[in-house]
Amino acid sequence: MSFRVGPVGFRVGSDFAALIATLRALYADYPGPEIAHFTVRLPATAPWRRFLRPSVAIEGDYMLPDAAPLPLAQGLLAAEMAMNLQVALGHRRHLLLHASCVERDGRAIIMTGESGAGKSTLATLLGARGWRFMGDEFVLVDPMTGDVYAFPRAISLKNEAIGVVQHAIPGGRFGPLLRNTPKGDIRHLMPTPDAIARMDEPARPALLLFPAFGASRDVREVGSVEAFVRLTQASTNYTALGERGFDALADLVERVPARAIDYPDGQTALAMVEALWEAA
Amino acid sequence: MTATRYRAPPADALLIRELDGLFALYHRPSGTTHLLASPAPELLDLLADRAMTRDALLDQLLRRYDVTDAADDLLDARLSELIAVGLVYAT
Repeated sequence: MSFRVGPVGFRVGSDFAALIATLRALYADYPGPEIAHFTVRLPATAPWRRFLRPSVAIEGDYMLPDAAPLPLAQGLLAAEMAMNLQVALGHRRHLLLHASCVERDGRAIIMTGESGAGKSTLATLLGARGWRFMGDEFVLVDPMTGDVYAFPRAISLKNEAIGVVQHAIPGGRFGPLLRNTPKGDIRHLMPTPDAIARMDEPARPALLLFPAFGASRDVREVGSVEAFVRLTQASTNYTALGERGFDALADLVERVPARAIDYPDGQTALAMVEALWEAA
Repeated sequence: MTATRYRAPPADALLIRELDGLFALYHRPSGTTHLLASPAPELLDLLADRAMTRDALLDQLLRRYDVTDAADDLLDARLSELIAVGLVYAT
């Protein structure tokens, strides 16, 4: 099967027809690519592992030698990890930031942080409140214009976030619950049809947020140097892009205000983001 | 014995952006990014494609720039840092 997420075309193949069928159903609203930029392969780890304790290997044009295979029940996670890996290691047209992103009126909020900081959950919840969801894993910065492009693949909700989002978006298109994966419990949610239909529309970055979940409510201004350093760390291809990456990132942190927010729960975070947005 | 002279890459080998009073520097030959504080960018500017002894450098630094941080030992410290990261070399 093949499909396009934002500017990236994927071709995905597997020994497991059931896994491809699940992916087909989840990615039914996505257009076909003009060309497939990356091939993702999800074969059985050995011929007999198609049947006996079925196990999915994570392979593709780009591979990590130590990428551990996953049981077939977690095949969607294997697909997600393989797709991310191709983009993280292979995409060169944009500066990639490991971040989530939402847009309103042509202007974008970019949210980045460690795993567990809540960037996926926040972007998903904002997406249900009138914002356009642009992605929860990568945001793509065009080095020529400074605009950001969407990469709205299946949203990967983890652990407590699953319940929070199911409660907030009861009609969402969820994938199966994957229990006890290496990243905990995972459930995928497909972006809304509107987010997919508009995925080729760029946006102007207007606010950079560094959320952190768990602490009591706090907002701190982040200077452009700190934002620069944090974003070089959040980029998977900053080094590979060379001076295009340097210029794109320096432009971004120079132009766009940045804030670190600590929040104890999702509702507080949403209120904080909306307030910062009004002020930005 | 002649005094050690110091030299930096030509100006077009570096991209420098001022951010919040610090300087982000991209070194084209190595593809490395550095964050520098004054007077390091001034030193690189003075030494761009031109070798200079430490004393001449100190003199120029005081003369050309409003640098307050140019005491003898501080200059040595900054120079050795720039040498350590490969932005300045001794000839």
